[in-house]
Amino acid sequence: MVGIVIVSHSNKLAQGVMELAKMMAADAPVAAAGGLEDGSFGTSYEKIDTAIDSVYSDDGVVILMDMGSAVMTAEMVIENMPNKKIQMIDCPLVEGAVVAAIASSSNQSMGEVINEAKNAAKESKL
Amino acid sequence: MTDSKKITSIIKEIGNVIQKEKDFLTELDSFIGDADHGINMARGFKEVEKKLPGLEDKDVGTILKTVGMTLVSTVGGASGPLYGTAFMKAGMAIGAKNDIDGDDFITALNAAVEGIKMRGKSHEGEKTMLDALIPALNTIKNVYEENKDFKAALEQGVKAAEEGVEYTKTIIATKGQAILVKEALDIKIPVRHLHI
Repeated sequence: MVGIVIVSHSNKLAQGVMELAKMMAADAPVAAAGGLEDGSFGTSYEKIDTAIDSVYSDDGVVILMDMGSAVMTAEMVIENMPNKKIQMIDCPLVEGAVVAAIASSSNQSMGEVINEAKNAAKESKL
Repeated sequence: MTDSKKITSIIKEIGNVIQKEKDFLTELDSFIGDADHGINMARGFKEVEKKLPGLEDKDVGTILKTVGMTLVSTVGGASGPLYGTAFMKAGMAIGAKNDIDGDDFITALNAAVEGIKMRGKSHEGEKTMLDALIPALNTIKNVYEENKDFKAALEQGVKAAEEGVEYTKTIIATKGQAILVKEALDIKIPVRHLHI
């Protein structure tokens, strides 16, 4: 199954998004990398690195992130893992995580998981 | 020529200025940002300072790369990947040298600026640090090529960077959190220059 890493400036937000995704797809390998080591707001290179390793398999890993440094820090972690199959997805964090988890737990490929999450941006709520 | 020991003492001095100006940097970031720049940078450079004694006998490339990686790991905000990439790219450009000269410095600064452009997906004219860095780089390059006087080149470079800062007050931000404040031009931000 494709691993899913949730990167956020907030530890609680990342954990919450992970819980929500797991509620919809309990089997999906989802890991949270939120906030800094001391619990304050920010994005941590080490936390993202560890989260990727914890859900990595040959099926690959997708990263969903909030904004700013979350995007740049995730980019740097990926650059330092050149032989791994990892991709960031430009999608809404919550909706993207839920559909990605469902797609992953249904054993869809990395490309399919990415498409599902990207399409989440087009769903209108009202 | 500048050796590894001197490089570590320069980086320590950069850290000292950042610690000293922590509140000012945070204040700047409070006008249109999330008011954590000084706190973040001070945290990053405090960790850098701890590593410096162990780096004095390493080559300049290793020193700069270690500083970059430490900033990425500990700053936490957007400055982490930006400054981190700058130092790491500068370190890679210099490589395993124990002494560097003016030409090496220019090569390193050029690589750092290119790194910031790449990481921030940004270019000149977007009200970012590049508006100070690029004029500084160009001036240092031109002055040094002309007369090989590195001190004069640096002095002129600092002046060009300061002019760049003044220029940013006249343009509208198209990168970073500042774009959320469309009227950012009207906010009177008390910019002054930090001298190392």
